[in-house]
Amino acid sequence: MNEIKGRIYGVAGPTVIASGMAGAKMNTICLVGAEGLLGEVIRIEDGYATLQVYEDTGGLTVGEEVVSLARPLTVTLGPGLLTNIYDGIQRPLAAMKEAGANFIGKGIKAAALDKNREWRFTPLKKPGDAVEPGTVLGTIPETERITHSVMVPQGVKGVIKEIKADTVSGKEPVCVLEDGTVIELFQEWPVRVARPFKEKLPPETPFITGQRIFDTLLPAAEGGTAIVPGGFGTGKTIVEQTIAKFGRSDIVIYVGCGERGNEMTEILTDFPTLKDPETGMPLSLRTVIVVNTSNMPVAAREASIFTGITIAEYFRDMGYNVAILADSISRWAEALREISSRLEEMPGEEGFPPYLSTQLGGFYERAGRVKCLGPVDKTGSVTIVSAVSPPGGDFSEPVTQSSLRFAGTLWALDPDLAYRRHFPAVNWQASFSLYYPQLKEWFAREVSPEMPGLRGRLFVLLQRQAELKEIIQIIGVEALQESDRLTLEVANLARDAFLKQSVFNEADAFNSYEKQYLMLKAIFSFFDNAEAALKRGVYIETILDSPSRTRLLKMRDVPNDGISKEAVELMEAVESEFAAGKD
Amino acid sequence: MDLIVREYRTISYISGPLIYAEKITGGGLGEMCVITLPNGEKRTGQILQLKGDRAVIQVLEGTSGIDTDSAAVVPTGEVATVGVSKEMFGRVFNGLGDPIDGMAPIIPEKHMLVNGLPMNPVAREKPDFFIQTGISSIDGLNTLVRGQKLPIFSGAGLPANELALQVVRQSRVSEEADFCVILGAMGITSREAFFFRKSLGETGAMERTIAFINEASDPTIERLFTPRIALTTAEYLAFEKGYHVMVVLTDMTAYCEALREIGSAREEIPGRRSYPGYMYTDLASLYERAGRLHEHRGSITMMPILTMPDDDITHPIPDLTGYITEGQIVLSRALHRKGIYPPIDVMPCLSRLMNLGIGKGKTRDGHRTLADNLYSAYARGVDARRLVTIVGEEGLTELDKKFLHFSEEFEKRFIGQGEENRSIDETLDLGEELLSILPEKEIVGVAKKVK
Repeated sequence: MNEIKGRIYGVAGPTVIASGMAGAKMNTICLVGAEGLLGEVIRIEDGYATLQVYEDTGGLTVGEEVVSLARPLTVTLGPGLLTNIYDGIQRPLAAMKEAGANFIGKGIKAAALDKNREWRFTPLKKPGDAVEPGTVLGTIPETERITHSVMVPQGVKGVIKEIKADTVSGKEPVCVLEDGTVIELFQEWPVRVARPFKEKLPPETPFITGQRIFDTLLPAAEGGTAIVPGGFGTGKTIVEQTIAKFGRSDIVIYVGCGERGNEMTEILTDFPTLKDPETGMPLSLRTVIVVNTSNMPVAAREASIFTGITIAEYFRDMGYNVAILADSISRWAEALREISSRLEEMPGEEGFPPYLSTQLGGFYERAGRVKCLGPVDKTGSVTIVSAVSPPGGDFSEPVTQSSLRFAGTLWALDPDLAYRRHFPAVNWQASFSLYYPQLKEWFAREVSPEMPGLRGRLFVLLQRQAELKEIIQIIGVEALQESDRLTLEVANLARDAFLKQSVFNEADAFNSYEKQYLMLKAIFSFFDNAEAALKRGVYIETILDSPSRTRLLKMRDVPNDGISKEAVELMEAVESEFAAGKD
Repeated sequence: MDLIVREYRTISYISGPLIYAEKITGGGLGEMCVITLPNGEKRTGQILQLKGDRAVIQVLEGTSGIDTDSAAVVPTGEVATVGVSKEMFGRVFNGLGDPIDGMAPIIPEKHMLVNGLPMNPVAREKPDFFIQTGISSIDGLNTLVRGQKLPIFSGAGLPANELALQVVRQSRVSEEADFCVILGAMGITSREAFFFRKSLGETGAMERTIAFINEASDPTIERLFTPRIALTTAEYLAFEKGYHVMVVLTDMTAYCEALREIGSAREEIPGRRSYPGYMYTDLASLYERAGRLHEHRGSITMMPILTMPDDDITHPIPDLTGYITEGQIVLSRALHRKGIYPPIDVMPCLSRLMNLGIGKGKTRDGHRTLADNLYSAYARGVDARRLVTIVGEEGLTELDKKFLHFSEEFEKRFIGQGEENRSIDETLDLGEELLSILPEKEIVGVAKKVK
């Protein structure tokens, strides 16, 4: 392919128009200007190509050279991704800092993966074996926690002629096929193309977060999508970070898309020291971070979520369950809007381009539980949890609404709860989980046959609470019937003891399903006994003064492994307290 | 570098603060130009957009008096820089960095890019150093830490400037000797400018202060440069000279209006309330310059002040700001009317970095729990107050009455501290004392002090 060389004709914000670009293809990469800034073709008009430039365009002048590389924007996939931290176009930020870049200047070139690093390789195939796309050639212990499968890339098929043993690196091929095809350790994959799989499977297991309101009330599914919209200060980032820390997945891809730099430092400094509750190993060993803060170039922000999801799919293809946490998808949409407006496209709602929904769909639909490519049957999944930042906290805006079309779970955050420091500030009435019907059986089987029933009761209780609150606004608490007062008080108890959860309290941060179930069971045991006592004529004040009520509030401070003992004792205490006066 | 000075008398179109010049060759995006008028006056311009040989140039001092025939554009070949020096302490500059205090221009030690560069997230140091502002609702409930950006959301007529100055004054006392203040004022009235200069002078803070003042009557476009020049100076002092810099930017609303003016002059597609669609990115390029760096001593802490039009927190300016900054301090008109100073409405306030700066060894063990309890109790008290207006005090339970009483005391004593400078211990002790109004079982996890 002949190299196409054009010249800069115009510059506006993050976009550049280049002349003399006849023959350039859409979505291919170009080097722009003397410093060779990376840009992508996003519009072609006669001989002119419009590029979105992934770096600061300041100082570019008309007439500078633009060279088309005739390939799409890709990410490099291979061992070394884990523990790494990249910007939106997969430049390694840590390596750049090592090289002295405290501030990110222009035209910095850095390879995503270290070619010279040697990896211990255990081949699983030998010369003479037939291979197809997805065949695992061998494994590499990428981190203490994760074993990396070296897979045959898409479109390659044949019989092995030579394969490496012991050590491999990015410098030389891992394997050569009889027809001379070379398989490298690192593969390139275009970010905007979903990686292939054999078939998509329906969700059947919950994506466990250890957070009571999510796991019990509003479960997400492995391979599903959950969106977390909320105005500023409602705790989106805390939700994302909590899930990154405690979510039960093999791999976590954290995409900080257009968010705060100082928040990223928390992740960067905490993850290497924080222990994964499941394995006791540092969280960083299972994590890849992609970060393009709000002040980094806007086009790279647009690319960052695609960089993230492509890396997620790569690990999925090895058979892992991967969670990708995108914070925030609204910043991505705004990047799209900014570029669209520079192209002088006809705007849609709120100035967003009309293709917003299509592009969002293209991202969300890359989630899923799939049967992976390759001769051996295995499944992997990509779960998306994305934060949405609606302007003014108004959910009717286009990004929230488009995201809702693709979301299986909605965790709607509520400023009123956040102001009261009720966290996670999830409004249980506005939120939903479409996966629950499919997961119900799992709950009954894996947690307890009573679990679906208890969950149902909790919903009813919370609904009743909302109704009673409206009544109180008119007549006051004192005028309520005693049974209604009790319902209200138990609902408040459920809210404070169960729905509120603190990630800063060690015992409370991650709750096993057993703990969640037993807490619910104890709350309703209290409710049932109190209701019976009330009928027998016990005063409501006496019931509310019950020491068990305070004990229920403190149940969340009991660690997962001590919960069954505490629950049994607590329920016995409830029984005996309310037994007085019984016939 | 060209030896010949290129001069273009090719202005074809003038609109608002913009001029369009034709046949420009070799001009770069963001490059500074000098516009010379026939009477010899020189103005500063910056290239905003290039298309073919046409350049769109914003004129910082405004286009009044420029014509298409005789005015000339001279590109300087350089992007915007500002000369910085430690000599700037105690001085007052205009929005473009030229002295307006009647003293001689400074001799710069260095010229730095006005726009700065994005900080590499990996190079950032975690902000975890507690700053005692002496204000209970900040120190106790929404703690400020070094390297944080914590804006004040104000309304017209609320004492945001007074509060900012009190913070500056009181933090200085508790901080080390290498603390300094940079004021970037955009579109402030001459009354406000006078107030700032007077107050800073009175407290003896001036010798540790650098002020950049663009008044309301100064050119609008200048406002786009003022915060950038202030922050560039801050970066120099923090990361090259090791100072702990507190940057106060006021009023961000005037800045955003200047941004809108340029956007509309460029005939861009407007976003919410006609503010440009890239306002988030633009504001981020300012706010994100706060922070600390590994292996560097200094820090930039930022306190931007903005006026919420019609006290509306969902207005794009506070909204986008809140999405970028690490929390917000919100002022309330209702408290102000009650005569409570500082009128901080703690409910919508937040400091996202609070947890990093508090606790054992920093403030006190149990600080978080205390703050959470104060919040929950105040929220219940405010609910009770709302209920009282409908059903009367008789409709409340005894417990709710206690919460009501708590919320009154809390507003009066904890929030309404006046000019007092409270140590963190005083603040936390007061919080505990107020909580003791409530029955013990309503309070989760606070170790009560034996009195």
